[in-house]
Amino acid sequence: MPNRLTELLETRDWLLLDGATGTNLFAMGLEAGDAPEFWNFDHPDRIRALHQGFVDSGSDVILTNSFGGTAYRLKLHNGQDRVHEINKRAAEIAREVADACDREIIVAGSMGPTGELLEPVGPLSHADAVAAFEEQGKALMEGGADILWAETISSEEEMAAITEAAANIGAPLCGTLSFDSAGRTMMGVTSSAYAEMQDRFATKPVAFGANCGTGAPDLLRTVLGLTEAAPDGIVIAKANAGIPKYVDGAIEYDGTPETMAEYARLARDSGARLIGGCCGTRNPHLVAMRAALEAHTPGERPSLDTIREALGDFSSADDGTGDTAPPKRERKSRRRG
Amino acid sequence: MSDEEDDIILNELNDEELVQQMHDDLYDGLKDEIMEGVNILLGRDWAPYKVLTEALVEGMRIVGIDFRDGILFVPEVLLAANAMKAGMGILKPLLAATGAPKQGKMVIGTVKGDIHDIGKNLVSMMMEGAGFDVVDLGINNPVENYLEAIEREDADILGMSALLTTTMPYMKVVIDEMKAKGIRDNYVVLVGGAPLNEEFGKAIGADAYCRDAAVAVETAKEYMAQRMHNQQAG
Repeated sequence: MPNRLTELLETRDWLLLDGATGTNLFAMGLEAGDAPEFWNFDHPDRIRALHQGFVDSGSDVILTNSFGGTAYRLKLHNGQDRVHEINKRAAEIAREVADACDREIIVAGSMGPTGELLEPVGPLSHADAVAAFEEQGKALMEGGADILWAETISSEEEMAAITEAAANIGAPLCGTLSFDSAGRTMMGVTSSAYAEMQDRFATKPVAFGANCGTGAPDLLRTVLGLTEAAPDGIVIAKANAGIPKYVDGAIEYDGTPETMAEYARLARDSGARLIGGCCGTRNPHLVAMRAALEAHTPGERPSLDTIREALGDFSSADDGTGDTAPPKRERKSRRRG
Repeated sequence: MSDEEDDIILNELNDEELVQQMHDDLYDGLKDEIMEGVNILLGRDWAPYKVLTEALVEGMRIVGIDFRDGILFVPEVLLAANAMKAGMGILKPLLAATGAPKQGKMVIGTVKGDIHDIGKNLVSMMMEGAGFDVVDLGINNPVENYLEAIEREDADILGMSALLTTTMPYMKVVIDEMKAKGIRDNYVVLVGGAPLNEEFGKAIGADAYCRDAAVAVETAKEYMAQRMHNQQAG
């Protein structure tokens, strides 16, 4: 499917994604527990400033302020009837900023998890999930998004529902999972399993990868797993800027611009082409990452030791790929039916 | 998983084998088999509390270890917890009738603005599995919900969960309000959720951050032991 992201990637080896939405909106006065998506109407100037800051810091791709924009998430704030207007407005604001820029900026329509467990482990049916994402995705495309962008997903079922929604709309899609549990997603998906899933989805994502999770070292290990399993794939890396700390009444992430620049170089060496930051990533981080990527000649794929030395240790000894999976418990097990 | 063991007849196992098999069945999330096993043990005149601790709690402890170690993930643990709940369903009225010892009472809920309850539900189920009374407030709880519930329930422990960067600071709102009312130290406050860490937990004034449901159970037990000790000493 022709789309602006793929076209831009034909002329560029890498693109810089944007930074954190939540962290930056807190700095602009968002209160804990409030829905950032309402700011598309209540404070559009601040959302514009968020996007503008990313663009000015060198981002080539900006994500709309619509992460919690499905009816399942908005109902928490009594906004379940506003899915269309909230998502459309989110895309319009980002579009305005992108169009005003003298270089090409891609607007990606952010879609986060519903927060519900899908069948078979949970109550949400595939059809209902598809419908919810379709409602959101349609509005994002209508508002001017170039591509849909699913992030922080943890189950194959939910990502499958999103790809089907994208197929139904006829929209291109990128999709990242959050590998936050010993290198897997909390539902147990490994990086290699996710890479192998791509061909089975209703619409094959333009690019796929990892966001958020437990820190840059783990995320880079995941990227290595993805690019190893899918050497021809376009892989996304969007790591948190360190870990959250509570400082003077606000959350601060402890990753410095220098460490994020190092992470960006290692992400590139690991084979990622779409590189950005998730929680904690502010404009100075992006500026440093842009400069690092521009000055960087990709080197060898880093070893796990190289990553550990540069950015710190992994959260777990293995990530479930290859022969490294821990041994299963020895027991008498049985399954009926 | 070997085929030859498909025809295990629980009733033909001796107590030790049966309990071992129930641990394995819990691990595999076999609800019907767990209910059958609970009923067989009760039929053999096991005290309900003994069934709870030796068959169910111990089985869930093993599940918890492998969850902590990245061998099991949420889908498997949910299945195991559902099987445990089915067994608990049989034991609960009997436990109440026999005045079995209680571990303590926990009020738990996901904070305001946050819909995520998967981890919170796991903690809730594992705590029940470990013999705690759990009052689950669900999702999207403003500070008033927590304060009202811990008082009403005479809880020992308050558990708060948040999965979003945008909602985790709300935990501090709740703890600050408890401090303002002078009741903070009457409760053990445990927090959890993917974006958190130990340092964050300390900084906002919680007693402990619990990385996962298994850690939550262990931490809760430790604090309850301390509370018992302090009460006796005091």
